[in-house]
Amino acid sequence: MDLTFSQEQDELRTVVRSFLAKYSDEAAVRRLSADPRGHDAVVWRRMAGELGLQGLAVPEEYGGSGFGYVELGVVFEEAGRALLCEPYFATVALAAETLLRCADDQARADLLPGIASGATIATLALTEDSGRWDEPGIHLTARHTAGGWRLTGAKTFVPDGLLADLLLVAARTPGGISLFAVGADAAGLTRTFLPTLDQTRKQARLEFADTPARLIGAEGTAWPVLERTLATASVLLAAEQVGGAAAALDAAVDYARIRVQYGRPIGSFQGIKHKCADMLMELESARSAAYAGLWALDAGDDTETALAAALAQAFCSEAFTKVAGDSIQVHGGIGFTWEHPAHLYFKRAKSSEVLLGTPSYHRQLLAARLGI
Amino acid sequence: MELDFGPAVRDFREELRDWLADHLVGEFAEHRGVGGPTDGAAWEVRLAWDRELSAGGWLGVGWPREYGGRGLGLLEEIVFEYEYARANAPYRATGNALDLLGPMLLKVGGEEQKKRFLPPILAVEELWGQGFSEPGAGSDLASVRTRAERDGEAWVVSGQKVWTSFGMHADWLYVLARTDPDSVRHMGLTMLLLPTDQPGVEIRPIRNLAGQDEFAEVFLSDARTDAGMVVGEVGQGWRTAMATLGIERGTTLLPQQLTFEREAESLIELARERGALDDPMLRRRIVDAWISVRVMRTTNLRTLAELTAGRTPGAQATTAKLYASTRHQRLGHLVQELAGPAGQIVGADYGLDTRQRSFLLSLAETIYGGSSEIQRNIIGEQILGLPKEPRP
Repeated sequence: MDLTFSQEQDELRTVVRSFLAKYSDEAAVRRLSADPRGHDAVVWRRMAGELGLQGLAVPEEYGGSGFGYVELGVVFEEAGRALLCEPYFATVALAAETLLRCADDQARADLLPGIASGATIATLALTEDSGRWDEPGIHLTARHTAGGWRLTGAKTFVPDGLLADLLLVAARTPGGISLFAVGADAAGLTRTFLPTLDQTRKQARLEFADTPARLIGAEGTAWPVLERTLATASVLLAAEQVGGAAAALDAAVDYARIRVQYGRPIGSFQGIKHKCADMLMELESARSAAYAGLWALDAGDDTETALAAALAQAFCSEAFTKVAGDSIQVHGGIGFTWEHPAHLYFKRAKSSEVLLGTPSYHRQLLAARLGI
Repeated sequence: MELDFGPAVRDFREELRDWLADHLVGEFAEHRGVGGPTDGAAWEVRLAWDRELSAGGWLGVGWPREYGGRGLGLLEEIVFEYEYARANAPYRATGNALDLLGPMLLKVGGEEQKKRFLPPILAVEELWGQGFSEPGAGSDLASVRTRAERDGEAWVVSGQKVWTSFGMHADWLYVLARTDPDSVRHMGLTMLLLPTDQPGVEIRPIRNLAGQDEFAEVFLSDARTDAGMVVGEVGQGWRTAMATLGIERGTTLLPQQLTFEREAESLIELARERGALDDPMLRRRIVDAWISVRVMRTTNLRTLAELTAGRTPGAQATTAKLYASTRHQRLGHLVQELAGPAGQIVGADYGLDTRQRSFLLSLAETIYGGSSEIQRNIIGEQILGLPKEPRP
């Protein structure tokens, strides 16, 4: 059984953690949060150049390192712990994964090396005003003209949509759902920043007016590709949520050890101690939910991945929110301030909860996949 | 749940599967899945099944050969428990001695004790009961008051023990007693092995809330045992007891896991029969029950993977019991709700069906082996490093 982390995977975790402790500390998170285009190009390049994080799970033929999902999960967990504000989730979990799954070797060869090298920031534009992550939620249309494909309509709540150099857009075509690549400078594209409750992950609205686009894969075949991408992204988001919850719990425990009331550290009172114990139980259970997804991905088992992904989102979303909320509670008044970082985790938890569909939606997916 | 344990144990696994297919038949097969750590149902059949296992050499897979075991490793033990649970064989009546006393003797017992006691355990010739808890020492086990004094070449033991699972069947008890009358709490305690067949030992069954005489209270009045029946050192009984409780081999996780998975499947079947899947509120709870059982599975697999890799299990090994016990109770409540009024009807003499029995017995799971509140203290203090409650 290899359901445990290898020494190399542990080392990867150590390296990523110390890198992010330096380059995504609280000061960096707050600085980038306050800026609509908040992203540190130097850090982004270092992530690619020194650690190869953007191309970690990209095959070597496309300029990546060809590692598996357990390794990628380790990175997302650490990114969540550090509240990394870089467009890593959009670029790696959404865009690169979409390209890896599409049936278009040329698109992969053209677009993945830029992602792996850190030259390209990319995202997936799927949701529209309804906020739905399913096929019927896609209304934006593409039509074929003499000059190629043209997109008209709007996408919104697009993660890092303002920063991205490359937009992968899901659109409705005569044959069904199709996938298109659009450059940031394409004609007829308007991008609007959407201020968010959670300032650590940016969103944008994209409006397309007869915007030229490159078809990726065959026309009408994109939905199964997107479905598998979303399952993968769900697992990676779950890993990120686990990391965030772990940091929120660590902060609560550290505080409970030193905060003295009634002449003793508050962590010696069962009211606080038992709350922290329950937080750890939630965290470890969430870890199991996320890791099961990573193992299923590495095993290449699509059926199991679909189940594990829906389970991981249903579970880890709520676990992160619970732990981050309880962390504020353990901190008391100081945890309710803008200056204390507890709210940054809580808000990240709430935004992550709906990023790829709500926990209720993922329960419905799970029920459907289980046939109940 | 389908696990691949690799080629190293393939032959062992095949041999075991074949054996189970040949021997788990007739009356034994009729008692598939019967019994549990606090469930004494069909005791005689289960005892006979244990003897069948013994004859096949399947008890003590990981115990050294010199004491009647197979001398195999942890991986084989895990494979055994997995295949055993997969075959849904009856819960072993000798579980206490196999899971607790035996490993304790193997860890801290003297050579003579091992030679004397281990083979009869594996031969199902002697049954054991645990004498730890007392009326005044439950969660606070260190306040044990049962005392033992030396009288020549014997220990004389007096006091009261309680919650001894299957105590009525026990030939021997392993007893935590205070040997230093002036000692307090963890100091001055000693672990003694004590035969029950003597005038100074009276064992009375206690009926549990499921109507079963499964556990017992034990009255010791100048009960005697030989001086050599001390496990570990005199005065080090606390350490010996903790060594037992600390033996987390991970092998007990699988049978429970497969039981829970079967219950979750049966829950979905029941919901289907009752048309409950059309009710979005119930459907959500059914999905949550399924999720919780899946989460338990991965948590257990993480622990087993660490154990077989020779690593110290992570925090999940400590939170697993709290999660599993509370979520199993939640599942039981849901089953009862789905069963509706019919689920309230029992057979003659308070005869319970499987669902009713499992639901009622699940109430013990948040109490035995360290209550949920004690678990939270352990997690808080030993895993998270929070300060202990100051003593008054």
